[in-house]
Amino acid sequence: MVDASADLLLTTSGAAPRAVPSRWRSVLSRGGARLWVGGALVSLLLIVALLAPQIAPHDPLEQDLLSAQLPPSFTRGGDAAYPLGTDSLGRCVLSRLMFSARTAVLVALIAASLAAVIGIAFGLIAGAFGGWIDQLVSRMIDVWMAFPPVLLSIVLAAVIGAGLTSVIAAIVVVDWTRFARVVRAETTAQLARDYVAAARVLGLTRGEMLRLEILPNLVPLIVTLLSVEMGIAILVEVILSFVGISASGDMPSWGGMITEGRQLVYQAPWIMALPIVCVIASVIGFNLLGDGLRAALDPVQRR
Amino acid sequence: MSAVLTIDNLHVAIGTTNVLRGVSLTVEAGEVRGLVGESGAGKSMLGRTLFGLLPANATVRAGRITFEGRDLLRLPDQERLSLLGRRIALIPQDPMTSLNPVRRVGAQLTAVLRRHLGLSKRAALNRAAELLADVAIREPARVLDLYPHEMSGGMRQRVLIAIAFACDPALVIADEPTTALDVTVQRQVLQLVERLRLRHAAAILFVTHDLGVVAKICRSMSVLHAGRVLEEGLTADVLTKPHHAYTRALLAATPRADRPAEALKPVPTVLIEGLWAEAHRLDRLPSMRPA
Amino acid sequence: MTEILLRTGQLGFSYPQRSSSVFRKPALREVIRGVDLAVARGAVLGLVGESGSGKTTLGRLLVRLLEPTSGGIQFDGREISHLSDAELRPLRARIQMIFQDPQSSLNPRLPLSVTLTRQLQVYGRLKGRKDRRDRAADLLHLVGLPTAFVDRYPHELSGGQRQRAGIARALALQPDFIVADEIVSGLDVSTQAHILLLLKELRARLGLTLVFISHDLSVIRVLCDDVAILQAGQVVEHGPVARIFAHPQAAYTRQLLSAIPLPDVEPGWLDDTTPTARPQQQGSAA
Repeated sequence: MVDASADLLLTTSGAAPRAVPSRWRSVLSRGGARLWVGGALVSLLLIVALLAPQIAPHDPLEQDLLSAQLPPSFTRGGDAAYPLGTDSLGRCVLSRLMFSARTAVLVALIAASLAAVIGIAFGLIAGAFGGWIDQLVSRMIDVWMAFPPVLLSIVLAAVIGAGLTSVIAAIVVVDWTRFARVVRAETTAQLARDYVAAARVLGLTRGEMLRLEILPNLVPLIVTLLSVEMGIAILVEVILSFVGISASGDMPSWGGMITEGRQLVYQAPWIMALPIVCVIASVIGFNLLGDGLRAALDPVQRR
Repeated sequence: MSAVLTIDNLHVAIGTTNVLRGVSLTVEAGEVRGLVGESGAGKSMLGRTLFGLLPANATVRAGRITFEGRDLLRLPDQERLSLLGRRIALIPQDPMTSLNPVRRVGAQLTAVLRRHLGLSKRAALNRAAELLADVAIREPARVLDLYPHEMSGGMRQRVLIAIAFACDPALVIADEPTTALDVTVQRQVLQLVERLRLRHAAAILFVTHDLGVVAKICRSMSVLHAGRVLEEGLTADVLTKPHHAYTRALLAATPRADRPAEALKPVPTVLIEGLWAEAHRLDRLPSMRPA
Repeated sequence: MTEILLRTGQLGFSYPQRSSSVFRKPALREVIRGVDLAVARGAVLGLVGESGSGKTTLGRLLVRLLEPTSGGIQFDGREISHLSDAELRPLRARIQMIFQDPQSSLNPRLPLSVTLTRQLQVYGRLKGRKDRRDRAADLLHLVGLPTAFVDRYPHELSGGQRQRAGIARALALQPDFIVADEIVSGLDVSTQAHILLLLKELRARLGLTLVFISHDLSVIRVLCDDVAILQAGQVVEHGPVARIFAHPQAAYTRQLLSAIPLPDVEPGWLDDTTPTARPQQQGSAA
């Protein structure tokens, strides 16, 4: 048997990395501060969204016209009953913010997931098959991306009707291209690597190659994209409510609150400012989480 | 003969790990000294220390590097920068990553000439064309307009050699310049380096892991392992009558086109283990600990 | 009587170059031209060439990663030049390849336990997770790596260790024939020696037939019985190693041999520009 300890020795002398610490510990440490901060923000969002009915001080739709436009309770003129004040119809801002979190999470989860599924499917097909299929899908993506997204959304809303369904549909219809492009590029890059050639020599079919060799390499990328997409979805909801597509109605949303609050920005700035803060925090949370996850999930990550 | 470069008891550490452990070597004027070592031996660290390109957490614990009477380690930045590229030049290892991929080769050559020699644009271009002709590149004027990726590996390496000799240096550090080249191109490049060295009367510190290359171009050599010089002397002596067991083992492990297969012997594990143990033992001496 | 395991007849490979015009048909770039090779069972054939010689392409043709555009390949008497991937699948258990850069030829996101047993998995020979780890450990042991490495990822290994892992992967289904593409280039002399000796030992123990691709004639000398010199896609000379090295006929072979810097001091090597045959110094017997 050839002397193996020579190579072992290279390990101890520092010519190769030393033995590995526990998997989970290294995963978490690779993620770093981004993972923790992002994770905390997103968790907060999810908890508030989940528990809104329990923890909100008031019914978000309950109007108290006598208490309209009250500032937050810790400022002058505020009322302790309404911790963050009320809007023009006397509805509790804090409660509305909390219930809007539900809307945001709903939109983010559904829209991002659907966009991901569609985009990844197209991206994999284009990348794996190459040739004219790739050309077809790529050109389709190019044309699709040329449409102004807001315009597309307005057209959609005209067909479906204003509301959250419309918002979700608009996001999916526009953003699947983002997933498709990235997955296609990454798949193509992977296919050129030697370990795919090695897999072919080992006798793997194309399907087995995609599933067993390439997909594991795509997962960190997809997880990151998904996380970022959720942040984008929240922003899109805000944009579309400006255009009147995301109707408030029963379900309060941050976008709706911002749109309404815009008219009173001098008299009651908190009505617009507070939901903006929530949007910013959520988007930052998703972005940091996405970045941290990417670092954490990539065993070969070079920071 | 006067020494162009004297490295005296150089100790360098990266963080808490010692990478150079009391390295001493001398390059005489006009000679070619080989620095032989495998990966991890510290050869690139030595080059980087000379050029002040060490990573942020590296410290020079002790030692002196004397070049033309001045200690490079204690020179103010301005002075050192004026020396590097002009009096001391580098032929880096990988031509593909050492040349700027988005600038034409001519521009990179003239940049060096104008910075160190203060030539005008026109004069620099003419000189650059001459330099390319010196490294046996045909149609120098056309080549000046090429981008690095439009040239072959051998050509790129020649450009790097041209840049190195551009300002008539006294010392050239050649960092594995032929490792990535085909063997026929390697021979041409080595012949070229020798020719230019003689013309410019430059000394060369030739860093490599290839004992064959050392044998052909280096008059003297030092063998590096774990940041220590284990053996040194005239190449002819070291290769025919090696003193240190490591040198002997390296020679025995080098495949030769003129010897049958049976002659190949891998480097014994015990030997390497012993050498590292020695190195770590030295690390624990009070003189080697952090100040 | 030596039985020929792999034979190529006038093997050729061209591919269309990117055309400058949309209208004109793209020019064909001929990478391999008229290559005739015969590898006897149990022998080691060295393929020597400099960059651009087409040696990697030839290696990939031999394992049918590429389909020849002209000529034929016969493996164990069977014509395999134009078989489809599905038809080739049973043969993949017998023909394998070890790649040059183990950094890129081992999937960075999979541990060795998965990578080494991948072939066993797709051929349905694995009986579960424990079996996978056991088989991976066996393969590691075969190439002299500690069995604890089953859980390691490629970036947690040194260059030599990765190369051994690449060898182990190729041996999973006990192939007869392996093409090794520049597997010791870029390795230290000491690591290189270990890998070469490992290969020799495995060849003897497992009865392998090897095609060893390299640009380094000294390495070829150590490992190979026969050698074929490749220049610009064509074989300019071939034959037993001892004969070719002692009496090279082709000018290119002579040029290659004389360009090798042997670790002997030789004043005049740097001046001498005419390629001459290198006199055989020791061990003229194969």
